[in-house]
This record gives sequence, C-alpha cells and structure tokens, in this order.
Amino acid sequence: MAVVETRNLTKVFKQGDLGAVNNVNLETREGEFLVLLGPSGSGKTTLLRMIAGLESPTSGEIRIGGEVVNDRSPRERGIAMVFQSYALYPHLSVYENIAFPLKAQKVPKNQHKQKVEWAAGLLGIQSLLQRKPRQLSGGERQRVALARAIVREPRVFLLDEPLSNLDAKLRASAREELEQFHDRIKTTTIYVTHDQVEAMALGDRIVVLHKGEVRQIGTPEEVYDQPADTFVATFLGSPPMNLLEFPEIIVGFRPESLVPEGVIPGAAQVKLRFRVNYVEYLGAERVLYGSLEGTNFESTEIVARLSWTMPTGYKAGSVYDFSVAQLDLRFFDRKTEKRTTPRPVTWQ
Amino acid sequence: MAVENRRLGFAMFFPAAAYIVLLIGGPLILAVMYAFSDARIGNPGYHYVGLENFRSILQSPSFRAALRNSVVFTVVAQIVVIVCSTMLSIALEKPFRGRKFTRFLILLPWVAPISLGAIGWKWILDSIYSVITWVLIWLHVYKPYGAPMWLGEPKLAMASVILVHCWRLIPFSTVIMLAGLTAIPKDIPEAASIDGAGFWRILFRINIPMMAPIISVAVLFGTIFTFTDMTVVYILTAGGPFDSTQTLPSLAFATGIQGSDLAAGAAMSLFLIPVLVLIAYFMLRAAHRAEVT
Repeated sequence: MAVVETRNLTKVFKQGDLGAVNNVNLETREGEFLVLLGPSGSGKTTLLRMIAGLESPTSGEIRIGGEVVNDRSPRERGIAMVFQSYALYPHLSVYENIAFPLKAQKVPKNQHKQKVEWAAGLLGIQSLLQRKPRQLSGGERQRVALARAIVREPRVFLLDEPLSNLDAKLRASAREELEQFHDRIKTTTIYVTHDQVEAMALGDRIVVLHKGEVRQIGTPEEVYDQPADTFVATFLGSPPMNLLEFPEIIVGFRPESLVPEGVIPGAAQVKLRFRVNYVEYLGAERVLYGSLEGTNFESTEIVARLSWTMPTGYKAGSVYDFSVAQLDLRFFDRKTEKRTTPRPVTWQ
Repeated sequence: MAVENRRLGFAMFFPAAAYIVLLIGGPLILAVMYAFSDARIGNPGYHYVGLENFRSILQSPSFRAALRNSVVFTVVAQIVVIVCSTMLSIALEKPFRGRKFTRFLILLPWVAPISLGAIGWKWILDSIYSVITWVLIWLHVYKPYGAPMWLGEPKLAMASVILVHCWRLIPFSTVIMLAGLTAIPKDIPEAASIDGAGFWRILFRINIPMMAPIISVAVLFGTIFTFTDMTVVYILTAGGPFDSTQTLPSLAFATGIQGSDLAAGAAMSLFLIPVLVLIAYFMLRAAHRAEVT
C-alpha cells in the first residue's frame, strides 16, 4: 500500500494546445478509494495514464510511496491497472492471463499456482481458469482483469472505467462487488469514471475534473452538498442543480429541494409559484419540468424531483405553490462561478 | 428489369471470366495435357505417353537439384523475410519524424517492376562492375582481383538470389505485418508493460503470438511468390553456375521453352501444384487455429 501524490502535474499533447491536464495537485490517503470524475475530455484518463507511466508528464511530479517516479517505467512503479477494455491477452487462457504478471516479475515458479488460485478465489472465477478470454461474458472478463491486477499484490490499483462495458444491470452488481473487494484488500485505489453515480457510490473521496483542471476534491457528501463551483453543481446530480442568474450572483438549488409548500415544516423558506409544463413518472419519484411564475426567470427551465411519498396529482399547464428551504440555496459568484457566501436576493 | 440486370451483370463479369479462362485456365489444361504426351516445340502433335515424363524427370539429377534448390530458396528467403519484416513493422508502427517517407522508401522495391530491380542487382553483383566489391576492396576487406564472384560461385550465387528475392518481398510482407500490428488493440501491450513485461517479453509473448494469423498469411503469400518465382533467378544467374541456382520454375522454363521439350517442362511445372496445395492447406489451417479475440 502506498500514497500517490501529484504535484503541478501537467500534460500538453501538442505544443500550443491547451493542456489535457493542467497543474493537478492530488494526494491519496493510505488505502483510500479515490475517484477521478469528469466528462469525456476532462483529462481524467490522461491523468491516470501518467500515474501508470504510460504517458510522460510535460511538467510536474508524480510520487508513489514518497518517491518521485516520473522517470520510472510502468513495471517499476509497483502498480496494477484495469483497462476499460480489460485488455486481457486473447491468446492466453485465464490461468495464463493471471499468471502473466508473476512470470513477468520473476516471482519464483513454485508460487504461481498458489497465487493464481488465491486471486481467482477472491473473485470467484476458479472454474474459468482453463478458458480463453473470448469464451467469457463481460462480467467474467472484468473479474479476470481484476484478478490479474491483484495477483502480485500491487501498492496501488488504477482502474480506468472498468464498469462502462457492462450492461446496466450487471454494472450495479459489479459496483457492489468492487466495493466489497476494496474493503477486503484495502489497497490504495484510483478509479476513473464519467458516471457520477459510480463515483458517489464507490469513492471515499471524489476529484472532479473539468478541462484538465481539478474543480473540487471532497467526499461524496461534500461535492454534492457543497459544490465548489457551478460546474461541479451541475455535473453531479441528475437532473442537475437548478441555476438562476441574478444580476450580481447565481443562485442554485437541487431539484429535490424544490417541494410543494408545507412539505418542509418551519425553517426559513423561499416561496415560489411553480408552473408545471411536463411531468415524468419514474416510479419511485416524479420529475416535474416547469418555470417560476412571477419572477425574472420565467424562461429558465426549472426541475423539481418529488419522491413517491409526496402529494401527487400535478398536471401540466397548472401553477402550484412550491418552496425551497433557505438552507438549501447555494450561491455562486457570477464572474468566477465559484461558491460564495449567501446573501439576500429579490426574486420578483 | 431483372433480365436487363442479368445481361449487364454478365457483360461486366465477362472480361474477368474470359481473362481467367483464356490466360490461366487454357494454359493449365494445356500443361496437364502436354505433361502426359511427348509434345515438343516444332512437333506439337498429341501422343499420349502416360506417366513416362514424370518417371524420367524424377530420375533426372538436374530436376532433383532444382527441387532441392527450390526448397532451400523458399525456406531461407521466407525466414529472412519474416524476421526482417517483423522487425521493420515494429519499428515503423510507432510515430516518428519522417515515418511516412520511410514507409514509402521501404515499399519501393515492391512497387518497382521486378525485372528492372533484378537487372539493377545484376550490376550491383557483377563480377567486374560490382559496387559491393569496390567498396569491400576500398575498405581493404579484399585485395583487388581477390574479391568473391557474387554470382559466379555456387553458394554465393544462391545467397545472392535469395538476398535479391528478400529485397523484393520484405516490403510486401512488412505492409501485411503493419496491418496486423495495427489490429492489436494498443492497451494490450500497455497492460503487459504495467504487468511488468519488458520489451522482449511483450514482443515474444504478446505481440508475435497475437500477430500469428497475419504472419501466417504473409508466409503463405511469400512462399507461393517465392516457390513460383523465376524472374530473379532467370535474370541474375539463369540457373547457373552449374545449375546451382536452378529452381523448379526456371528449370521448367529452360527445359520446356528453351530446350523445346514441352512435355518435360509441363510435367515439371505440374509438380509445383501438389506442393503449393499442401503449403496453402497448412497455412490456412494455421491461420484458422490462431484466431484472435
């Protein structure tokens, strides 16, 4: 186990272009599950590949276990990586795939069998050892890739969107398995994803990246409840946070914070007239799309998300009394789009 | 409409079919017929003699020598070609400055007409005007007049023929290999490097096994091109010295056309067919077995 650290890490692919990764400073904690989250093109995979040693940084430093590893080849970094495609060796059996790192790292031959069986047992794939990768399902391939990664007990695990090739149902169960797997082995893990649900579910902390820059680092609660800027506010959460642009300031609130009046008793509230344009029924919840009547934001689409426990019967075209608790409002600077202190605003 | 389409289809198809029937099918049938006759240039009347031609060529020492030479020529040339083109394709796969130009240069020998290339090589290897000899003398490797005769000594002549043939085939093979290499997903060798494998292990345990199907295609084509080729031999040495570079096709040509024994020449060229069929069968089977993904 080891701590991974980056200092002012930058990658520019083509001179004169914007950097794919700009001045990234990160530090994992011992045994932590750190998620790099961002939309495609945010530099998260490039960042991971630099840590792996597959891409050399333009400037900055990478440290693993306190040592600078910039000039070390991937094999000398003591890391293991699971690729999005799993990158299993198609001409080798599952057993040979898992044993490959042992052979490559010159682990004494008499330990191979025992170690492969240990890794396969951990992931429940003992019965597949003689098969070729093409004879495996997506979920089985993912486990083989994980087994190949843990077999030599690396200091750090790097996972590049390992769930994105699985179908939705399998993804949920694989996510859960991954969580339990990490709990068991407790190796420092860096996990790249563009899926905010995965990030929230798996991460001890989440690093939100945009255009190669770190926008926020924090626990899932922190990045969701206390977003550092409007990008983080809208990237996390589905549907995203509602943002209203006042002359001096941007005010945001989550769709689940906009509720029928009277649902949240007491507390300071902002009362709003909500015109419903469209209702989406999703079983456990309903999503209402509409606008705020009698404000300056009648042309801005506003989304409310009501859980199944709340009153029903909202019809498109009608106007209802809704409210948002003062405490649920988030304030952002109009110029920098960064979080700022709450201040009174006039809604009409 | 349907009838018109069929006519159009037939019209489009006809030239290709006629070409194959007249220029490949016809000669093939003639060759089979001649091989069982005693036809000679000047006396092409048909007289069936059964397997007589095959019996006599099998007993002929020059035919056996040619068969042996053909095997040596093909096997050695293929080994050299595959090793060189594998190396070249790996070197040319990663981007570097001037890669496109280098690829173009390497492809040139394949694009240039082989007869012109071979004539060029004939000069390069000439006993008097050879630039190679000049350079070696200038470097004091050999004394003037003591230099080897590249095309005049049996072993050197065979080596020269093989070298020139490799020069011609390597580009073709390299292009096939490059296609095979590009088809290997980039993250597989990357995963291997993270798993701790160095250059050689990645090359021999990952890249080459994954290229196996494409390598066998390259070997299949290369073998057929080499086994049936007579241009290089004919231009460089015409089979000499003392039949030491005579291969089956060049011997068949020398016997059947130049020696006017059509029947014997036809029998020799028919001898190529079972050999080629066998090679093709094994290569296709190998390609099929080494399926990737």
